[in-house]
Amino acid sequence: MHDLLQRLQRRAEQRLPALTRYRRPESLPIELHRRRIYILPTGFGLGFSVLLLVMLVGALNYSNNAALLLTCLLGAASAASMLVAFRSLDGLRLDHVRAGHAIAGEAMELVLAFHSRRPRSAIRLDLADGTAAFALDGREAIEVKLHLPTHRRGWQPLPRLRLWSTWPLGLFRAWSWLHPDQAVLVWPRPEAAGPAPQAMVDDARHMRLHRGEELAALRDYRAGDPQRHIAWKASARHDDLLVKDFEQPRSQPQWRLDWRRLHGMDDEARIARLARWLNEAQSQRCSYSLWLPGNDIGSGSGPLHYARCMDALAGLP
Amino acid sequence: MSLARTRKTPLVAVGQRSFDLLSLSVAFVLAVNAAHLPWWLSLALAFTLGWRWWQRRQRSGRVPAWIKLPLLALLTLAVVVQYGNLFGRAPGTALAIGLLTLKLLETETRRDVRVGAGFACFTLMTALLFDQGLVSTVVVALGLLPTLATLRALEPAQPSTGMRRALLPELTLLAAALPLALLAFLLVPRLSAPLWGAPARDQARTGLSDRMSPGAFTELLIDDSPAMRITFDGSPPPPDQRYFRAFVMARYDGVSWSYRDAPGAPPVALDVTHAVDYQIRLLPTHRRVLPTLDVPMAAPPDAAMRRDRVVIAARPVDGALTYALRSATEYRLEPRLDADRRRWLQLPTGFNPRTLALGQAWRQHYGNDDAAIVRAGLALFHDGGFRYTLAPAPLGRDAMDDFLFDTREGFCEHYSSAFTVLMRAAGIPARVVTGYQGGYWNKLGNYLLVRNSDAHAWSEVWLAGRGWVRVDPTAAVRPERVSLGAAAAAGDQLGWYRSDWLQGFRNRWDVVNRWWDQGVVAFDALRQRALLTPFGIRDTDTTTLGLLLAIGSTLFIALGLAWALRRRQPREPLRNAWRELEHKLARRHIVRRVGEGPQHYLSRAARALPTQREELVELMKQYLDLRYAHDEPTPESVHAFRRAVRDFRVVNVVK
Repeated sequence: MHDLLQRLQRRAEQRLPALTRYRRPESLPIELHRRRIYILPTGFGLGFSVLLLVMLVGALNYSNNAALLLTCLLGAASAASMLVAFRSLDGLRLDHVRAGHAIAGEAMELVLAFHSRRPRSAIRLDLADGTAAFALDGREAIEVKLHLPTHRRGWQPLPRLRLWSTWPLGLFRAWSWLHPDQAVLVWPRPEAAGPAPQAMVDDARHMRLHRGEELAALRDYRAGDPQRHIAWKASARHDDLLVKDFEQPRSQPQWRLDWRRLHGMDDEARIARLARWLNEAQSQRCSYSLWLPGNDIGSGSGPLHYARCMDALAGLP
Repeated sequence: MSLARTRKTPLVAVGQRSFDLLSLSVAFVLAVNAAHLPWWLSLALAFTLGWRWWQRRQRSGRVPAWIKLPLLALLTLAVVVQYGNLFGRAPGTALAIGLLTLKLLETETRRDVRVGAGFACFTLMTALLFDQGLVSTVVVALGLLPTLATLRALEPAQPSTGMRRALLPELTLLAAALPLALLAFLLVPRLSAPLWGAPARDQARTGLSDRMSPGAFTELLIDDSPAMRITFDGSPPPPDQRYFRAFVMARYDGVSWSYRDAPGAPPVALDVTHAVDYQIRLLPTHRRVLPTLDVPMAAPPDAAMRRDRVVIAARPVDGALTYALRSATEYRLEPRLDADRRRWLQLPTGFNPRTLALGQAWRQHYGNDDAAIVRAGLALFHDGGFRYTLAPAPLGRDAMDDFLFDTREGFCEHYSSAFTVLMRAAGIPARVVTGYQGGYWNKLGNYLLVRNSDAHAWSEVWLAGRGWVRVDPTAAVRPERVSLGAAAAAGDQLGWYRSDWLQGFRNRWDVVNRWWDQGVVAFDALRQRALLTPFGIRDTDTTTLGLLLAIGSTLFIALGLAWALRRRQPREPLRNAWRELEHKLARRHIVRRVGEGPQHYLSRAARALPTQREELVELMKQYLDLRYAHDEPTPESVHAFRRAVRDFRVVNVVK
């Protein structure tokens, strides 16, 4: 049944290009307007219209004009709610989409920033199997968080999003498609287990100083130096303040991760192994460098460095 | 379209707000329907509602089936016991309202709440099947507010507001929908005949019965709902002549007087001296008799005149009915009484011996002077220590004896009954007439309002040469009854809510009810067909109505769309001026390309229009300065740029 419906849907989209006009990827920002907002009654709306019909026939049959007036009022209010549903989407703008980090197979957090000039309520955004509901106050932009499932590493284009609302009474559903022309980068999934990186660079060079508490030199005060590092006694003999300069700790070993040393493996396996090593290096707070074909990333540490290395791995052909 | 994709919504309990609003809607339904439900059922349902509300506040969850099912059985049983069956208007309504209340017991999910809200709309409407008055219609329409608010509260992600503010958007929605609703109301084609059985007859609680026994009116006399409204062509008759006849009762069986319908017999003769034309708007009585002022000269359409000039309609009056009549107010009714004389002298044997004896004594005392006997009868009531009360002491088997010689208290039924028996005992043809007397003359609307509490009974005696003469013995006891009306006669027996100022206010307010009744309730198929008469179309048929409805709806849809599509553009004078410049240049086929910046565009324009090079370069400089040099350009400089753009004329290049 589900497949049949999907087939019919695809068929309809081929036959009626008007339906798919706004489903091609577009560049951001996307502002919704009347040509791309669709409205249909919901199941409840259909049921409600049957109820209205029953009330109408009853009122007419008993020639009860007060009841007829009530029915007309309810019917007119329902019809008016359709326009309200349309207005809740019309003029809404998707400004930008920000993607988080995720490794293949895990959900990636997307942050979509919406903006509107007037307050709106109960707008819902469908992505894959998730739905997020949000309201806008008409002044500030709002950020909606959604999770995008990922399957494999590399650039993954954003899927089509459905923005919909049944505001105010749930009788009509207004919806529109958003297909931002943007892709997100999915990091490779590290292998589960494997050998440790063999090639460590000789550590002695980096163990020159330890703990970082040895005084290396005195230098001039620069704005922002902590007060307790000021060498008060030495400063007293000079015109300017002097600051004790400490050697930075270099206790961790440095790893040099190299694509070329992983012989006899296919590309994906190499990537998975490198990803695992990157993870280990990051968790051990090592300093590491990475060599990839066409990309040589120098030694470094910290989350930014890690992200840069993972991006490079993910972006490999 | 992925709409077809069915999404399994998990059973998520709705929030407290939706449930509160739904409970409020159901409470409203109970309140507007309470008037016609048995009080114990209303009370039980209200208790169930309150309990469920309290219970769900403690802990959300459905009420278990072992509570629900017995309650359902109990409800069905209660309706069957009260009404005899489950179908028909009254039992159906009671059942629907009961089911709605029980639905609350299992209301947990969005779907439940939606079903409940839809059903609440329906049960609100049922209240109008019993009372179509202006006030009840407005109250019922206000009942839509919590129902619609319930539906709105189901939507996720909305700014939180207080309970009172929650109803405000619905009020706006209803107000916005009102014009379309009125149009639809005017133009939805009415049925000329019902599709299925006419509404089941209400119990004959209101209206005059064709039987009268002393004490039977009491219920009617405290029912001050309007019975009919009368407009007169010309001035209305004075208060003491406002007698509206319904039934003429000949037969007395010792307990009650009754009217026997005799179709076929021609109406009795009538010599008219003075007549009045008038229209009566009779509210539903579920009876066939049509009250008329005094003695009608002809019957309205769909009704027949019986022998004693009683007007009987072809069908019971189940909806409000308007009829025009001409009645004699000065007349001689049935100048010759031949064979019928015995009928008007009938008395049951073996009842009221003392009354009969008194009548016969009068006959012996006054001889042939009938008028003197009538005067003697009235004098008895006037001077005999009789008291007018709506709560008289009960009477025994010889009811008239008890009344005349023992209790001496009662109201119009007692007096007219006793007087008629006395006259018959004295050998004067006499009869009891029931109907309405009095009414309130509404100066604002120029009509006479007659309430059910104006129901009255009086006597007619036949005097040789004068025919039937109306005698009102109640007036002898309590003249205010005739000159001022029923409420005045009852004095303070009717309770605080019938006090003078309130009654006066209610009488004046009735002009609004009348307007509502004429404009809305009485707008039937006939009136609808005459809708376009002012525009020269005599008969508006269903097709025309449908067409008009379509055109009108389209107009309203266009209005609504105009509202929905309206976009408020932020005021950006600089951008507007730039656009104006673009338009001017576009007329010379210098169109800005997609993604072309202002500098490039204007340079290109300057090359294309060498004669205006300086102007364009100046404009470009100004624009770039305004656009990019400041965060917020000063209004003066923007104004200057706008003026420059306006003064810029594209000159035709001479080739």
